[in-house]
Amino acid sequence: MLFQPAIIALLMAAGVAVLMLTAAAPFAVQVILRWDIRSGSEQQLALERRTYLFSTLLSFVFVIQLAALLLFVFNADRLSGMFVGAMCAVGTLNVNDYGFPSLISQMGVFFLAAMWLAINHVDTRAPDYPLVRIKYGLLLLLLPVLVLSFWLELQYFLGLKANVITSCCGSLFSGDAKTIAGEASGMEAQPAIFLFYSGLTAATGLALWHWRRGSRRSGYLLAAASAAGFVAAIIGVLSFISLYIYEHPHHHCPFCILKPEYDYQGYWLYLPLFTATAAGLGAGALQPFARVRSLASVIPGVSARLAGISALGYSLFIAIATYFVLASKLILIEH
Amino acid sequence: MPNLASPWLEKQRHLIDFTLASLGRRKTKNLGLLVAYALLVFVLASLALFTNALRTEATFVLAGSPEVILQRMVAGRHDLIPPGYLDKIGRIRGVQKKEGRLWGYYYDPVVNANYTFMARPAEEVASGTIMVGATLARARGLAAGNVISFRSYSGKLFAFKVASVLSPDSELLSADLVLVSEADFRAFFEYPAGHYTDIALSVANPLEVRNIAAKLAEALPDSRPILREEVLRTYQSVFDWREGIVLTVLSGAILAFVILAWEKASGLSAEEKREIGILKAIGWETGDVIRMKLWEGLLISLTAFLLGFVGAYIHVFHFGAPIFEPVLKGWAVLYPRFTLVPAVDGLQIATLFFFTVFPYTAAVLVPIWRAAITDPDAVMR
Repeated sequence: MLFQPAIIALLMAAGVAVLMLTAAAPFAVQVILRWDIRSGSEQQLALERRTYLFSTLLSFVFVIQLAALLLFVFNADRLSGMFVGAMCAVGTLNVNDYGFPSLISQMGVFFLAAMWLAINHVDTRAPDYPLVRIKYGLLLLLLPVLVLSFWLELQYFLGLKANVITSCCGSLFSGDAKTIAGEASGMEAQPAIFLFYSGLTAATGLALWHWRRGSRRSGYLLAAASAAGFVAAIIGVLSFISLYIYEHPHHHCPFCILKPEYDYQGYWLYLPLFTATAAGLGAGALQPFARVRSLASVIPGVSARLAGISALGYSLFIAIATYFVLASKLILIEH
Repeated sequence: MPNLASPWLEKQRHLIDFTLASLGRRKTKNLGLLVAYALLVFVLASLALFTNALRTEATFVLAGSPEVILQRMVAGRHDLIPPGYLDKIGRIRGVQKKEGRLWGYYYDPVVNANYTFMARPAEEVASGTIMVGATLARARGLAAGNVISFRSYSGKLFAFKVASVLSPDSELLSADLVLVSEADFRAFFEYPAGHYTDIALSVANPLEVRNIAAKLAEALPDSRPILREEVLRTYQSVFDWREGIVLTVLSGAILAFVILAWEKASGLSAEEKREIGILKAIGWETGDVIRMKLWEGLLISLTAFLLGFVGAYIHVFHFGAPIFEPVLKGWAVLYPRFTLVPAVDGLQIATLFFFTVFPYTAAVLVPIWRAAITDPDAVMR
């Protein structure tokens, strides 16, 4: 393992998160078994008080998870100097088999956490906490995902050996590569642009629709469109946006745009995109509970607000991406 | 149309207002925590800034060195390059220039230090004269025009006139350097004619360096190519490793700070308890109290972080980091004097955040909750 401060920080953060969630698990079981809002017993009171602690703990864990995701990519990019052949985060993540799974699992944890936080938020707004059992049930489901993510990260960092020859982003994100990333980046610019704009316009449109006239159906559709929009956005970044930013027709890397050489332009793209997707998914996660009586007045407002954030994020993302393409001197499509 | 965020923002603004006023009411207690917190940030930030500056310096210095250095090995030991060896390499595509270098070490009993002697072509250094590094010049009290004599390894005495002292700008590289002419070098060390110490190759395209190294190793199996990027990587990991070691040593301090934060947050005074009781009696919810306390933690964290970081910046870049210098910089008799180029880097700030604000917040969460669930009647009685 590389004895490096950022790695120690990441492992510490992930370890503390797992510990906190593990500490919450017995309590979650207790809530699922014993929760009775109508009872005035000592035990029920204690449970109610504890829910405050655990929802604060979890919000903290998930905020840290988001920060850790950023630090993980940032650090991977920085470490690329240590590996033969690595020139950006891709090379570092490719040093062993755990790099990309670790990144993807962390992104997964981030989006699941966002959905959980949305549910938690509406639940605390209702006087009778109608979702408390479901919430803590979901928490128990989230725990193994978090543990998996920690394990992958640990394996990845333990397996980092500075003398490994890895492949740089040029060989992974090239059109000939037989990987999903290769397929996505090998897509011709024109269909990719079409897919990108139609996917993201659909997501923005649905978000706007749900914002103005929230209904359960539009909420589900928004969640689906957010997930699809995220994929379309990543395909767009791989197949043409990055090309325009690098002003190079064959450089597809989604990580090099985070580098200082390109003025950290990637952060302008990814931050709105991740926020918008998390908000859209969160809005969708609320919909199954829209019929619960005490939430009927809470959920439409919250999910409309989430949809508003999502619409704003996606529009910002489209605008910034379009600006990067227009400001670029690269000509990818002759007309 | 639903309003996006303003009532929420309004509420947080009032909470912050209240928190600031309440922090002001308990100045001494919070000041103690703030000082400890800022001190921790200061120590960790000094460490991060200093290693980062050293790393940048190393990159800077190595940028001018040749891409590949070729050494000949005999029985696993570095040996001289025999005559004709340079021609054996032949023409390798991509190599711009190849030259044999002559250098060696000389132990000077006067200052108990090793000098690096290096031969330069006659047009740069005339026979009978030398150019010396600034650190060496300081140690021996030399200036341009002085004459200095060295006793060679064979026992003969050689006198050289100092033509000039090398510019202090290059001191990191030239601290112990003595530049002599090739003829003087061979005479002083009785170096066999036609032999060289090693070979330096310059390669224009950085992507070609590894291929060229592979070709060299194939053409000359008894040689060892050393790549500049490898040296750079070694430096990076050495500094990372040193930083990691100091950090591990300091983890005790972080832990102590966590305990202090926990203690401070859980040891609520009677007055604070009363305050929370009154707040709850006038309609604050548990969630509101938690939010207020979190704002308090955030404000303290940010103030401490800012104070500590600015302090560290001044410590490292104005005073040369006297606290960490002995551990991180390494040691030599003729240690170059150099000023660090100020560089702040986002990754380091983020990492620092994880080492300070993260443990602090994790430590105060439970005490905050304990305070927030206090029953109003229990404290106001």
